[in-house]
Amino acid sequence: MTSSAAVPSGDFAVQILRALDVSSPLLSAEAFPDRKYVEIKAALDRLASREMIKYDTIDREEAVLEPEGEVIAENGSHEARVFEALRAAVEGLSVQELEKVIGDKNITKVGQGKAFKEKWIAKTSDGKLKAMKDSIEDITKEQLQTIRDTRMLSDSKALADLKKRKLIRFEKIISFKIHKGSKFALEIPEEAVDLTAEMLTSGAWQSIAWKPYNFRALGAEQNSGALHPLNKVRAEFRNIFFDMGFTEMPTDKYVESGFWNFDTLFVPQQHPARDLQDTFYIAEPKLADKPRPESPDDKKDYEKYWEEVKAVHQDGAHGSIGYRAPFSDEESLRLVLRTHTTAISSNMLYKLAATKGPDGRPPPARYFSIDRVFRNESVDATHLAEFHQVEGVIADYGLTLGGLMEFMSTFFGKMGITDLKFKPAYNPYTEPSLEIFAYHQGLGKIVEIGNSGMFRPEMLEPMGLPKDMRVYGWGLSLERPTMIKYGISNIRELLGHKVDLNFIKTNPAVRLDKN
Amino acid sequence: MPTIAVDKAALFEELGADYTTEEFEDLCFEFGLELDEDTSQSKKPEDLAEPSQLKIEIPANRYDMLCFEGIALNLRVFLEKQKLPQWTLTAPASGELQTLTIKEETARIRPLCSGVILRNIKFTQERYDSFISLQDKLHQNLARQRTLVSIGTHDLDTVNGPFTYEALPPEEIEFMPLNQTNKMNGKQLMEFYEKDKHLGRYLHIIRDSPVYPVIYDSNRTVLSLPPIINGDHSKITVNTKNVFVEITALDKTKVEIVNHMLVAMFARYAESIEPIRIISPHNNESREAPDLSPRETQAEIEYLNQVTGLNLPPTEISRLLSRMGYTVAPSKSDSKLLDVSVPITRADVLHQADIMEDLAIAYGFNKLPRQNPNKSATVAAPLPINKLGDITRLEAATAGWSEVMPLILCSHEENFEWLNRIDPGGLAIKLANPKTAEYQIVRTSLLPGLLKTISSNRHHSVPMKIFEVSDVGFIDTSRERKTRNERHFAAAIMGKTSGFEQVHGLLDRLMLMLKSAFITREEGLTNKKLEGYWIEELDDPTFLPGHAAAIKLNIAGKQHTIGTFGILHPSVLQKFELQYPVSTLELNLAVFL
Repeated sequence: MTSSAAVPSGDFAVQILRALDVSSPLLSAEAFPDRKYVEIKAALDRLASREMIKYDTIDREEAVLEPEGEVIAENGSHEARVFEALRAAVEGLSVQELEKVIGDKNITKVGQGKAFKEKWIAKTSDGKLKAMKDSIEDITKEQLQTIRDTRMLSDSKALADLKKRKLIRFEKIISFKIHKGSKFALEIPEEAVDLTAEMLTSGAWQSIAWKPYNFRALGAEQNSGALHPLNKVRAEFRNIFFDMGFTEMPTDKYVESGFWNFDTLFVPQQHPARDLQDTFYIAEPKLADKPRPESPDDKKDYEKYWEEVKAVHQDGAHGSIGYRAPFSDEESLRLVLRTHTTAISSNMLYKLAATKGPDGRPPPARYFSIDRVFRNESVDATHLAEFHQVEGVIADYGLTLGGLMEFMSTFFGKMGITDLKFKPAYNPYTEPSLEIFAYHQGLGKIVEIGNSGMFRPEMLEPMGLPKDMRVYGWGLSLERPTMIKYGISNIRELLGHKVDLNFIKTNPAVRLDKN
Repeated sequence: MPTIAVDKAALFEELGADYTTEEFEDLCFEFGLELDEDTSQSKKPEDLAEPSQLKIEIPANRYDMLCFEGIALNLRVFLEKQKLPQWTLTAPASGELQTLTIKEETARIRPLCSGVILRNIKFTQERYDSFISLQDKLHQNLARQRTLVSIGTHDLDTVNGPFTYEALPPEEIEFMPLNQTNKMNGKQLMEFYEKDKHLGRYLHIIRDSPVYPVIYDSNRTVLSLPPIINGDHSKITVNTKNVFVEITALDKTKVEIVNHMLVAMFARYAESIEPIRIISPHNNESREAPDLSPRETQAEIEYLNQVTGLNLPPTEISRLLSRMGYTVAPSKSDSKLLDVSVPITRADVLHQADIMEDLAIAYGFNKLPRQNPNKSATVAAPLPINKLGDITRLEAATAGWSEVMPLILCSHEENFEWLNRIDPGGLAIKLANPKTAEYQIVRTSLLPGLLKTISSNRHHSVPMKIFEVSDVGFIDTSRERKTRNERHFAAAIMGKTSGFEQVHGLLDRLMLMLKSAFITREEGLTNKKLEGYWIEELDDPTFLPGHAAAIKLNIAGKQHTIGTFGILHPSVLQKFELQYPVSTLELNLAVFL
């Protein structure tokens, strides 16, 4: 808002000019004691911006009576009232009688104590109270009256004492000392707010007086649209993947069978991740078909793959002893909401195994995806039943662990995350499994930023991938780095229908490589 | 991942070093554990009042570290303070083994049983507590809440072998359960523990079975009713000398893993490990248990070196692997191979990949030589549907609409009833086990999420213009997974007036950007081959009558109905608690691929 728009009346500004013409400098507290601070300030700013006046601000503290102080200034201090009441009663008064006369139990009690202390009153042998002097001086009343009239008291010790007794308070009073400015005049000239087409046509712009622009205010609201912050971070991740030669995987399957979501990844059928507590199962439809060709040109032998997967779990194969526990076909066909996009990676790698490169072997490949996954979690500040998984896969010949760590350094380096540390971890489908940690400036410690590893031979070899083709896989959630980046502590402020539209609209562009 | 709390002073004494919290954290990190908390660093008075504990997160497949003894042992071996012990069996002086006969009826409920005897064990309170806690942890993890395996431990001196493992109707089994004072039969026991917070959750495993598994001694004393509870008669105490362990299970592998873990962790306190004779001819499971011999396997030297990027001689590989509990020697038959003995503690080792990982851990992950990961050049490509979706997202935002991201799961009524839609059946994917009624189905429309977003943003000024580009899901029995996703674009505007022209204008803008021309009705009717889109009035209860349109598209010679837009019916507004008029637009993007 511009200050000139806040001016309640043009007349007041003119009044100031007139008063200043009579006496300069002018003290606002004296010249306009009844005007409100904002009113004066707005008028002065308006005049000052036109250099018609100059002003200085004067900060001053004034003493003001509290309600109890007002009563004392009016009726006298409690002790004086007690004294006066007793002096008026020749025979003295009992405490009850005194209370009746004063009409306030509390004032009577406090006043009595003080009056005793001042030796103004005493107790008679029959237990009554009586005055001991003919007259007293009620200093408190006088001081408060002075303050009421002048808003100040020269005795600073007494002032502090009254403040302590909660009879007065201090108020900060801002007033102004006003001087004439270089363009002082008695009238405010007519001014144009903006340049218009008419002014250009008529040439009026050449002689016009311009209303000064308020350079301290914001410009006009843009009514702009906005992309969601989480999708802005997603775009950055996608660009990093594209930079590094990755192809986006088709993640358009929220529903997967246990076979693709777990079994092909060598997740044992009795793994806790498959509990009802962790995974959403589908009531309708319940069961998938056994894996089968997706189109007439799909010539892969899915039946063989199924048997291979089953064998490696149940009896062991490809140099593995397997889990040596019964493999249930029905468990494998149960439909679930995918718990990770690794189900898609598995499908892609199975397709890769059937692809022949120029040398007759499956060609090296790089895949990625960023999409929604589902966990049957109890919802809290850091858990939702849905979140986005960022996933990357590299398949190549003769890959090494040192290469995986080097790749991660480059990948996270593109987000400005450096000095990675790798911790051994367990994951049913990767061996080795490496948790990725990085130092977090805000938290002052290293935090886990993702998971990575090399897919197990038990997952790859049943697909028909050559033994020396190794596959890196890694993943992280899209929400976690975003929450860390924007200091969001509740995931529901980032994903879902409870997100504040203002947050979406005002969230800055995302540049992961910058702070 | 399980978290195990161990006494800090006792662990550091075992490790022969007084680590700072940071030093111990680093040791854990290197070995693949995670120090969750050192209670000596805690600010809570109740933590400081107790002896300091270390709370350590254990990888889910390391059953050999679910107790103090296991963590101490594995770290001592890793630090080369000792070799992993070779556990051996000792028959009793008499030469007569205790026997356990498995009756064929057990096949109906819980077919397998194994066991072991720990002779002359010396418990202290700490050791006893750890023993009980390990069983509990194994029950929770490997045994998946006792469904797959359950353990019973007994004071051997209170019972008399030979033992039998049977399956009987619940009414015929009568005993006094652990720490109870009354006898009860199997049926009564189920009722008795129905409300029990701890045991109640295990009852379902056998409750509805016509026969319950039970273990008796020769006097028909009940040792246990697996997987629920032991008998009070044979309970172990801190003074128990000879412990009889019985383990019942559904699969052969896990029953012996559990046996191995109990033996490997607690034999150190016993004088000897005594096998038992299991008689189970009906399923060929008669044997002496447990078998404590390591699993003999082989690993390729070249593989170990190649994947880790190292070039270590067999002697060095052998030394490093011994820090992880293996015994390794060059193969006598093939110089390219190593003979590897996998100890009973390492049930997680399935393949030479596991051995390779352990070599990398012993060497130090962060010390491994770095190599260039860019072996081959590959070409990047976006997924076409995502590229298309992003085009519409950018166009909508450029046109002044804000993107929102509601959830994919929603309630049935939000998706149907609240929109005045009827569930035709066979359309929406329904969840079997959601924890709340908020998540019952996969949405079939983007509208519920948009309307909920507006509803929770009522503090925001109007007009509110929002959009989403994302997938909805449908049942599709023609596909392997019986379902399919479909990419939709949807927008909603709430303002003091309906905003009908706004959503219509947004549609026109999107179509323009997708190079689809507007066909006026007359032209469209006369020339069926003309490519482009047009709209037709639609009777749809979601919308105010006369204020809804179907979006039609001619593309690649085919006609599609790709979506609808209109002013929402006031009854829909009421359901979503929206106080101003709202217009919406929703369309399927897949046809533009």
